[in-house]
Amino acid sequence: MPNRPLFLKLLSAVIVFGAWEIAGRIPVSYAFPTFIESMQALFRLALEGTLFTAYAETLKPLVLGVAISAAFGITLGLWIGLSARFEWLFAPVFIVMQAAPLAALIPLLVMAYGIGLTSKVFVVCIMAMPVIVLNTAGAVRNTPVSLKEMGRSFLASDREIILKIIIPAASPVIFSGLRLGISAGFIGAILAELKITPTGVGDIISYSRSVADYPSMYAAIFSIILLAVVFLNLLERLENALFEGNNRGYVSD
Amino acid sequence: MSQTDAATAPSSGPAPDSAVSVRNVSKNYGPVEALKNLSLEFPRGELTSLLGPSGCGKTTLLKIIAGLLQPSAGEIVIDGNTVTAPGPDRAFVFQDFALLPWASVIRNVAFGLELRGVARSEREAIAEKYIANVGLSGFENSYPHQLSGGMRQRVGLARALSVDAQVLLLDEPFSAVDEQNRRKFQEDLLELVRNENKTFIFVTHSIEEAVYVSDQIAILLPRPSRVSEIIRPSGFRNKGIENIRRDPEYLDIVDEIWASLRSYAE
Repeated sequence: MPNRPLFLKLLSAVIVFGAWEIAGRIPVSYAFPTFIESMQALFRLALEGTLFTAYAETLKPLVLGVAISAAFGITLGLWIGLSARFEWLFAPVFIVMQAAPLAALIPLLVMAYGIGLTSKVFVVCIMAMPVIVLNTAGAVRNTPVSLKEMGRSFLASDREIILKIIIPAASPVIFSGLRLGISAGFIGAILAELKITPTGVGDIISYSRSVADYPSMYAAIFSIILLAVVFLNLLERLENALFEGNNRGYVSD
Repeated sequence: MSQTDAATAPSSGPAPDSAVSVRNVSKNYGPVEALKNLSLEFPRGELTSLLGPSGCGKTTLLKIIAGLLQPSAGEIVIDGNTVTAPGPDRAFVFQDFALLPWASVIRNVAFGLELRGVARSEREAIAEKYIANVGLSGFENSYPHQLSGGMRQRVGLARALSVDAQVLLLDEPFSAVDEQNRRKFQEDLLELVRNENKTFIFVTHSIEEAVYVSDQIAILLPRPSRVSEIIRPSGFRNKGIENIRRDPEYLDIVDEIWASLRSYAE
């Protein structure tokens, strides 16, 4: 029944946006616009083209950072999960990275890498990579032993065991790490634009706030959330297409 | 039932030719001796059960024969060759099925052949044949989670059969299967032993199951594990599968084994 979930999604959207509209009309704060005002601002920004030029700027560190985090994160996670020595060497780095107060570290990054793209990509990576690495490593380490034994007894090489057994078996947790990592990457991209140099969507947010154009500010925030949700949904589609049987859980469960 | 190959008949002589020999195998886990100086012969074309209380090392022995574990001492000889790693001459059926949840039944059954580099069309043709053999025709494109426990183990069995190994190693294959399906499986297994001319090594903790399906039963006793007795039930094997469970010899052997194992029950 594909209709029911769609109906529920629409219902929850109506409830959330309705609550936003009501809160804006009370108003809970002078700085909190209504949903309709924000949407009007969003259309205005889109028509003016401001929104698209802003995204062209914001997507650069975001896409780069997410791509680097996904590629390096999964590779490193595989290594860490497969080798106890590698885990001893690298896992603490990512645990520290995950716990570090990033906003406080940004000045250090700026000192080291300047105010350009490099620093922003770094911020996205620091946000996105740890959860991707740690999830991948944990999933690889928890591959069911009997699946690996099965591979060995049917004469799989080490490479085949990794490619045909460990990675597919770990894929649900790897993908959940990717989802968490990518959402964190979105936060990182905006954080970088707010804290390092105001460009792109971060510029719309900080400029609108400085001139008290709150509807535009919330429109920009709303658009980045929307983009993140769309992206995460696409990722889920990809996962289901790649590993169809996996989404019903493990056979031995 | 009527067809009995003289060379594989259990009563055909004192020492049938061995497909697998376990020679003076010991296995230590640190200071713990799991197996100690264990020797055992597995006659070709027959089903031998390894039966014993839990912790007697029967699964350890099976995994050593499979090459999944290395013995601390001793050797495994298959057709005159000492083996230390998994090989194409052995196939394993796992207690928890060990199916790939993301792969369809046909890909699971063909997985052993896939790993051997057999071309897709060829391996799927072979897999289809064995899927039909174990009675799963029509489920080729189902996923494991859509099957019952019994059907999953049939997939595991078809996978082991499709690589055409001479020795089949079964690690408590029916313990996660419900009783009715288990009985059906046991009957099918007898059929398989008769028709496939392979050597079966079967680990179980069920006395009745061991006596029902085996040509030879090796009773293992624990700590450290040793072969305490070898029983060769022979009288009832040709009387038809429906008569086995009430054959006096069957009942006597079950009682005899229970008498020797009861002191090990907790």
